[in-house]
Amino acid sequence: MTDTKAELSPQGPAADLGPPPGAPPRPVIQIVPLKGLPIVAVVLAFLVASIGFNWQWGLDFNHVAGGALWTGIDLFVGLVVGPILGRLSIPARAEFSARFMPKMVLLMPTLVAMTLASGFQLALDLGNLKTSSPNHSWLIVSFIVVGVMAIIALSILEPANLAVLFEMRKPRPNGEVIAKLMKRFIYTAGITGLMQVATLVIMTRVASQ
Amino acid sequence: MSLPSKNGPSAVTTERRFAPVAEVGAAALALIVVGGIYMASYAPRRAPLALPIVLAAASGVLVLASIVMLARTKGFAWDKFFLVGRWTLLSYVIAAGLIEFAFVRDHIRGGPLAVITAMLVLFAVIVPLIISFTVARYQSARGETA
Repeated sequence: MTDTKAELSPQGPAADLGPPPGAPPRPVIQIVPLKGLPIVAVVLAFLVASIGFNWQWGLDFNHVAGGALWTGIDLFVGLVVGPILGRLSIPARAEFSARFMPKMVLLMPTLVAMTLASGFQLALDLGNLKTSSPNHSWLIVSFIVVGVMAIIALSILEPANLAVLFEMRKPRPNGEVIAKLMKRFIYTAGITGLMQVATLVIMTRVASQ
Repeated sequence: MSLPSKNGPSAVTTERRFAPVAEVGAAALALIVVGGIYMASYAPRRAPLALPIVLAAASGVLVLASIVMLARTKGFAWDKFFLVGRWTLLSYVIAAGLIEFAFVRDHIRGGPLAVITAMLVLFAVIVPLIISFTVARYQSARGETA
C-alpha cells in the first residue's frame, strides 16, 4: 500500500476519464504514512523489550500511555469529531478524511497493541488474574469489553477506514460510497468510544483495590 | 456499482450485492475472541481446552466458508484484494507473532499453546480477509466501470 505509480494507475474506463473538469485539486492520499513506520517499529520494539525483560516501568509506560491515548482518541473521535464530521458537506468530509484517516491507520493499532500486550503482562505479574485476586472478575469483564471493541474495530471500523481511503484515491471518488463508509466509521467509533467509558470505570476500580 | 457523472463525484445507482464474506468473517473473528477470552480468564492456570478447540474449529469452518464464497465471486477487483491483502496479512502476522511471543514468554506450553497458535493463525487470516474484501468490493474489477 505504498504510494507507487502502479497503485495510482486507473483501473478501468471510467478511471481513465480523470477528474471532472473544473474540480478543485484533491490532496494526494498515501494510505499508509510511510514516515510513521519507523516510529511504530520503535514503539513495538520497546513493547517487546518491556515484555521480554519484564521491565516494570516499560510495562507501566506502555499500558498507561497507550491506554490513555487510545481511550482519549477513541472518545474524542467518537463523541466530538464524529458528530461534527457528520454535519459537514461531503467534499469537506473527504478533505478532512484524506488527512485524518491515514494517521489512524498507523496510530490506533499501535496504541491498541501497546495497551493490551503490556496490560496482560502486568496483570500476570501483579497477580491480578489469579482467581483469589479481588481484581480477577473486573479483569474478565475488561477482557469482554475489549473483545467486543476488537470485533467492532477489526471487522467494521478498520475495513471502512481503508475502503474510504481507496475510494478517495480514485480519479472520481463516489461521494455516496464515502458518506456511507464514513457513517459506518463514525458510528462504530462512537460505540467503541462509549465502551471506553466502561474500560475507564473498570481500570480505575482495578487500580484502587 | 456506481456510474460516473460528468460534473463531479459519481453517484450511486445500485449497489452490487456480494456474498456475506465480511459478515461470516466477523462471526469467525468473534468465535476466536470468545475462545481467547475464555483461555485468558484462566491464566495463569491451564484452561480446559474443549471449548476453545470447538470454537477454533467452528471459526476455521467459517473462514473456509468465506474463502469459498469469495472464490466464487465473479467480476471482483482481485488486484485490489491482493494488494490490500498482502500488506494487511503482513501486519497481522506481526501482531499475531507478538501475541504468541507474549504467551511463550509466559511459559505457555503443550496443548494450550497449540490451541492459542491455531487461534492466532485464524486471527491473522480473518482480519486481512475482511479488510481486503471490504476495500475490493467498492473497487471495480479490471475492465469494469469504476
